[in-house]
Amino acid sequence: MTSVADALAQAHRRDWAQVLATTVQVTRDLDLAEECTQDAYAQALRTWERDGIPERPGAWLTRVARNRALDVLRREEALRRRLPLLVSPGTTPGDDRLRLIFTCCHPALSREHQVALTARLVCGLSTADVARAFLVSEPTLAARLTRAKKKIATARIPYAVPPPEALAERLEPVLEVVHLLFTTGHTAPTGPSLIRADLTASAVQLARTLHLLMPRSAPVTALLALMLVTDARSAARVGADGRLLLLPDQDRTLWNRERIAEGVALLTDSLRHHPPSRFSVEAAIAAVHAEAPTWEQTDWAEIVGLYTVLLRLTGNSPVVALNRAVAIGFRDGPAAGLAALEPLTAEPALATYPYLAAARADFLSRLGRTGEAITAYGEALVLTANETERDFLAARAETIRRRGRRADPQPE
Amino acid sequence: MAKYTLLIYGDPAQWEAMTPEQRRAHDVAHEEFRAAAGDRVIGGQELESASTATTLRGFTTSDGPFLETKEALGGFYLLEAHDLDEVLVLAKLLPEVRAGHSGVEIRPVVDHG
Repeated sequence: MTSVADALAQAHRRDWAQVLATTVQVTRDLDLAEECTQDAYAQALRTWERDGIPERPGAWLTRVARNRALDVLRREEALRRRLPLLVSPGTTPGDDRLRLIFTCCHPALSREHQVALTARLVCGLSTADVARAFLVSEPTLAARLTRAKKKIATARIPYAVPPPEALAERLEPVLEVVHLLFTTGHTAPTGPSLIRADLTASAVQLARTLHLLMPRSAPVTALLALMLVTDARSAARVGADGRLLLLPDQDRTLWNRERIAEGVALLTDSLRHHPPSRFSVEAAIAAVHAEAPTWEQTDWAEIVGLYTVLLRLTGNSPVVALNRAVAIGFRDGPAAGLAALEPLTAEPALATYPYLAAARADFLSRLGRTGEAITAYGEALVLTANETERDFLAARAETIRRRGRRADPQPE
Repeated sequence: MAKYTLLIYGDPAQWEAMTPEQRRAHDVAHEEFRAAAGDRVIGGQELESASTATTLRGFTTSDGPFLETKEALGGFYLLEAHDLDEVLVLAKLLPEVRAGHSGVEIRPVVDHG
């Protein structure tokens, strides 16, 4: 027997976007639709406690939100006529959720506005949660949402799925935003926990929706595959004591095999008829890790090869170059890894990136250059703001410090 | 329907350096834009070069455009369209969108009723 709170939480994750999107069709106004959707969820808490959970919670919520919207509109008919219209009369019937995502990720909106709108309106995350995830204050985020909604209304950004010839270009920001939501949740930029499961779950849900609506889109399939394979390993990333566990130390029996299999099948499908894209190569890298029986048996040559492809696809992204250097270190030994990292230390884009210092520290310590390794761990510690990562780095530095002392000749 | 201005910015030196053939190709592109936009175009002019501009700031009159930037406002269209996507499709026909030194800014016009 599910509790009302559980059912509501599930309905929030699964149905928020659909309820909101259907309500926008009635109100033609994002703010009003959002208010009515919130009201419907509040109403559900009261009604479901009393009458039990309806068979189709999503349909129930949609009906209540729509009715609420119609009530408000009837009362404010005069006002409504003056509200900016969101719906173009020429829109063909299609999926409301898809329209909502494409509106929130319209290229005329800045990336930060796209992310804020998508997280708030399509994922239904609270303003406080979105602000926390993206390291801005709540008033800043609220102002950002207001500005973005104002631009949608005054510039008349249409509430529509773009025509086929514009789809590729318009899909790109949508995928970028969904991916950003996922990576932000995968390693929370700040705060006590490593993973923000609410964000990763919303992002996976969103990618599933996109895949359901555009099953033949190779980039959509690849992004969903990437997120499933990555997310499948999340239970093993933090130990029982809350400490960060890297791939070699993870208990691979905790990996969700079903999700990995689903992700790999999707990846195979996306690669069947299409050239590799950034997301499909990233998914392939994640799949090589997921399918290795042990850390030692990881196919590092394959991973280095995939990173080389990714480097080309991303226009020599410094972060990809860093990951490739680390993979070289595992394929050819720490000295080779350190040599591959060396040119990146002059890269301005990585100057404040904690993983460069952390990777150098790891190779230095494997080479027995303890003093330099401790310095590098110190650099990484200064640069990371996630507490789980900080604890991990501090523990690593402490371990090699102690090991270094033990190695010193001790007087009997 | 809503009104939009398409503000065309570019480097005046490069505009002035156009050869007669380039100038003709440029004009043809604008004709194509106007043909595609049809009666959605409700106004628009090419402006004299930024060096002919006069700026008023407070009570001070001075020579030159309002902002001393490399790209100056070179002309504008006033369009009436249903939504931003409709304007974007048309605006992509403007030659200034393709030239490296110039660009087009789209701004909704305030509806004072």
